[in-house]
Amino acid sequence: MGIMDTLRSLFGGKPQTAAPKAPEVKKEVSPPKKEEVKVTKPKVAYVHLSGCTGCLVSLADNYEKLLDVLLAVDSVYNLTLAGLPTVSPTRDLPKEKFDIAIVEGAVCLQDEESVKLLKEARERAGLVVAYGGCSATGNVLTNSRGGQWNQPQHESFVPINRVVKVDAYIPGCPPSPEIIYNFCIAAVKGDTEYLKPFMASEAGGYHCGCDLNTRIIQNSLCMGCGTCAASCPTRAIEMVYGRPSFNNIRCIKCGACSFACPRNFLPVNKIKELMV
Amino acid sequence: MPFGTYKEVMALKAKDSKITGISQDGGVVTALLCYALDKGVIDGALVAGKGEIPWMPKPVIATTKEEIMACAGTKYTINPVVSVIKDAVREQGLEKLAVVGTPCQIYAVQKMKLYPVGARHIPDKIALTIGIFCTENFSYAGLRTIIEDHCKVPVDSVTKMEIGGGKFKVKAAGKEVAIPIKETHKYEQEGCHVCSDLTAEFADISTGSIGTPEGWSTVFTRTTKGKDLLAKALADGLFEKKSMDEFKSPPDAKIQTGLDLLGKMDKQKKDKAKKTFDERKAMGLFVTPEILY
Repeated sequence: MGIMDTLRSLFGGKPQTAAPKAPEVKKEVSPPKKEEVKVTKPKVAYVHLSGCTGCLVSLADNYEKLLDVLLAVDSVYNLTLAGLPTVSPTRDLPKEKFDIAIVEGAVCLQDEESVKLLKEARERAGLVVAYGGCSATGNVLTNSRGGQWNQPQHESFVPINRVVKVDAYIPGCPPSPEIIYNFCIAAVKGDTEYLKPFMASEAGGYHCGCDLNTRIIQNSLCMGCGTCAASCPTRAIEMVYGRPSFNNIRCIKCGACSFACPRNFLPVNKIKELMV
Repeated sequence: MPFGTYKEVMALKAKDSKITGISQDGGVVTALLCYALDKGVIDGALVAGKGEIPWMPKPVIATTKEEIMACAGTKYTINPVVSVIKDAVREQGLEKLAVVGTPCQIYAVQKMKLYPVGARHIPDKIALTIGIFCTENFSYAGLRTIIEDHCKVPVDSVTKMEIGGGKFKVKAAGKEVAIPIKETHKYEQEGCHVCSDLTAEFADISTGSIGTPEGWSTVFTRTTKGKDLLAKALADGLFEKKSMDEFKSPPDAKIQTGLDLLGKMDKQKKDKAKKTFDERKAMGLFVTPEILY
């Protein structure tokens, strides 16, 4: 079973023994030499819906490590980066199956093209990754009410899991360059232990600072470390007498605080690996 | 394994009397931070400093020895130290940061290193983590109740607090009050009861008073980084060092000392966490799945 099959089974899908389609090699009598074993890079499509491209910029902010990510995948579709030497120049989502669809941005329900693109990506991709706050949780677009130029009819922008099944969520506005890097490298290496928290359904869908209240404080799990306040991109969380206090108007619903909270999930096994 | 994984354990006391004069116990944290700053291992430290309200700490980004010394001593209430980590790195531009915290704050930082969802360019700036032994913590109002209602001392007259020998002790102007630690249990913050980490098992270096006599600290080095830093500090004569064997309890002792005592309390905390975890689960409440280790 290859990496993609491992990932698929991990994300609850069925291993697709046929895909990814590697170029057919005629079987020869002599066994292939070790050096000739080719690692098939996962085919990745980057689907850009209603978002600010900040997530992609954040990926680029890995600076020299960006190459690790770009070279580890076969970029079959990425409108924003089309034209880079390692990225396919196509302007249309490939008609054939590919491995991973990374979706940035929320989906606008009144925008037929967006809905169609998202659904097609779901049909053709082995895995769909909701990348960034808008795609994973709706983010600031949760506050959309329509009635604005130049598309006043565009009213509802929702996290993509309202329209399609999502396999993994990377919340944050934007997710930090490091978490994107870690995610990509873990996905390519098949580090399922690291990937688990991204697949939890709690990581996606509507989120608010108030989730810390209902999930952590109300379950008397908060011990006042302040990680949520540090993780908030808009400083909507202030620590008051050892507990987070939320400025609901400032909260952009990105879900970073919940994801960062050590009492929401604690990656003990991964932390143990750091203890060397 | 009791106390988590570690490389070495020892008893230390800082030689600098300026530090031991203000520190809680052996002055290990203060002396190590000052040393690390001197040697360029770190360029700043997140610590618990004095706030505007008496004995209400606030997270401080200390970048000089004076600032570090000003924050010496234990504060027995919540100091959300992780909350200023982004300020230190992104606003003050610190690149080699030390974080001093309770076990839960240390694993919060380690999680942030692994899953830095809202922590842009922070993971590689954390140069050192120093964990402090912790049995449990009090909310500020809880601490104040203990001091003013139980110890009957005005909170603003307190000069030092400590927990040891089954007592909660308060030193205030002209007097010392000690109450049984049992009296304080009900003011513990509830979130501490699911925590199974007493000895900061995920810090580079962890230290605390349990296991050593007054004026000394028990110290674990847990990573190569922590071990190397402490080895250098010892070689430079920063600390008096003793083996933990010196504080071993005699075979038939009623009151345990040394690592026996620490081991006993560690187990108590782990057992309590397990019990609380199961109780919460039985009530159908959400409990951090991996919190028991």
